[in-house]
Amino acid sequence: MSVLDTAASPAAPDHLLDVNDLVVHFPAGRQGPFGKTSFVHAVDGVSFRVRRGTTFGIVGESGSGKSTTALAVLRLAPITSGQVVFAGRDIADLSGSPLREMRKHLQIVFQDPFSALNPRRRAGDQIREPLDLLGIGSGSERDDRVRKLLAEVGLPPQAADLFPHQFSGGQRQRLCIARALAPEPDLIVCDEAVSALDVAIQAQILNLLKRLQRERRLTYMFISHDLGVVQQFCDEVAVMYLGKIVEQGSAAKLFTAPCHPYTWSLIAAAAPPGPVRDALKQRHLVKGDPPSPVDPPPGCRFVQRCPAAVDRCRQQLPSLDAIDPSHYVACHRASDLAETFIQIRS
Amino acid sequence: MTLLEVDSLNVSMRNAEGHLVSVIENLSFSVAHGQTTALVGESGCGKSMTALALMRLLPEDFVITSGRILLEGRDLLSLSAKEMRSLRGRAMSMIFQEPMTALNPLFTVGDQIAEVLRWHQGLGGSAARERAIALLRVVQIPAAEQRVDAYPHQLSGGMRQRVMIAMALAGRPKLLIADEPTTALDVTVQAQIFDLLAELQQETGAAVLLITHDLGAVAELADEILVLYAGRCIEAGVSADIVEAPRHPYTRGLLNCVPHFTLGRAPKPWVDLGEIPGMVPPLGARGADCAFLARCALAADICRSRPQPALDPIGPGHAVSCWREAGGTT
Repeated sequence: MSVLDTAASPAAPDHLLDVNDLVVHFPAGRQGPFGKTSFVHAVDGVSFRVRRGTTFGIVGESGSGKSTTALAVLRLAPITSGQVVFAGRDIADLSGSPLREMRKHLQIVFQDPFSALNPRRRAGDQIREPLDLLGIGSGSERDDRVRKLLAEVGLPPQAADLFPHQFSGGQRQRLCIARALAPEPDLIVCDEAVSALDVAIQAQILNLLKRLQRERRLTYMFISHDLGVVQQFCDEVAVMYLGKIVEQGSAAKLFTAPCHPYTWSLIAAAAPPGPVRDALKQRHLVKGDPPSPVDPPPGCRFVQRCPAAVDRCRQQLPSLDAIDPSHYVACHRASDLAETFIQIRS
Repeated sequence: MTLLEVDSLNVSMRNAEGHLVSVIENLSFSVAHGQTTALVGESGCGKSMTALALMRLLPEDFVITSGRILLEGRDLLSLSAKEMRSLRGRAMSMIFQEPMTALNPLFTVGDQIAEVLRWHQGLGGSAARERAIALLRVVQIPAAEQRVDAYPHQLSGGMRQRVMIAMALAGRPKLLIADEPTTALDVTVQAQIFDLLAELQQETGAAVLLITHDLGAVAELADEILVLYAGRCIEAGVSADIVEAPRHPYTRGLLNCVPHFTLGRAPKPWVDLGEIPGMVPPLGARGADCAFLARCALAADICRSRPQPALDPIGPGHAVSCWREAGGTT
């Protein structure tokens, strides 16, 4: 497919993306005039790997660091420390033209197609823009590709001459997808790409994304708060809470045997109506909002809202441990809780 | 007993040339005391416009061309602006979709809740503040004494929506209109807000008109559901009937296109979601024939040759507007 394939390390031939201990901190003012600077711990030591051609889902509440993680992978948010190995090459420290060269392999589809398109430029020009900026192909080749891309996302060729306001929300999201596809990327981040759309349109876009993935062997990072969509759409899922991954595993494992109390809370909110849901809600649905990510205290991030917290949780930050080759949990009480969870399911 | 009765309501919009374009056509429904009725449909189907018409808060250029809206037997359309104003917030109130734009950023949330109380109940400053704190507690905002002095930007999305609910409840309305109250919120918060609404409804006995685009989500909340498409009601009935045995192809499509979360079972390999191709016809492009015709997989000659069928009862408490379903008559 590209030169990058040959550059990939032989040890992990199918891992397109390998994120190691990624940290993104934003300064958030000082504590008093001479005090030390506070930091928002947006992403605090996140590691995961994404296999080529699969979909990696990230779920969590707003403020959990899902989007920041994705933006850091795309080098659109400043990385404080950690590695982002893309196709065998650490891109965390790249700058200048090597970084620009890398950009064509990484693209993004944003949540709100109304603000992601320039209202003053024609649709065709906007799809062509990444090709122009990255210097891909000659002029006529670029026009050609724009036409092909429009057809691929299910829009007529005349759409190229229209302005964004002449499209509906779903069509605009199709334009955003066409634009992301233009430089033929390997990885596309879908940051809540269907959340702003109506349910009927959401299904159209999800089907389109899946078809493109099959045809082009695309790799997706799919950020969403809708567990129903994530369960169906993703191969691997990570649950984030306040800058940390609290549970990660294959979609099958994670949703058949979730282990972290926070995952249970999300499931309790999304479960289909019925007595099981009522029982889940009563036991697991956490109340209120997550605490502030500015200078978090030591210990587990979830401790204030966790129904199963013990003293140890307040003092020691749990590490993300494997309970199964494809399932990781960061919880001190995972093994104690497993039994009560099983009771509910049965 | 019915609280609200809407009788063949027609709303139109004046377009740039000054012509009237139909937005809502012949909408009739009623809401009983303490019941929850849901209006379901995609964007552009006229859900929010129905809500605004009920509140008589339609934007400029939108006019109610005919029909009646009766709240406890009183015709809202014949009331003066002043009388209407005394009803809003007291007899009926509305929770808006986007709490960030619906709250005034320059006033504390306490002031905004107290405004309702001063207007409608003539409470003084400190009494209104006390009530505002009590209302914030009712909607489960922690540390209500402190939050009452907070500005909207200091609160999270879920908290703002709770403030909106507190404001809407301040005048103890009999009818609460909730326009997509949870779309801007996280799933865990969504569940909390829906629970809160159900709980408050039990306590106050208010009727709720819930507007949403997610048919699956309202199934357990609503007693009755009306499915709107392009400004027309195409299916109406008892909630369980509509969700378990939808009759209109559009209603079926809406139910099929949502990937529902299943618990304790490994997900099946990806099968394309049932999608409804195309989109809602824009205003002004809606003819006399069935509005769903262009997107319908079951469309037959009968659908093309005749106008939109009337909303016909097909069973107790279940009506559908479709030529292909039993009972399609003009």
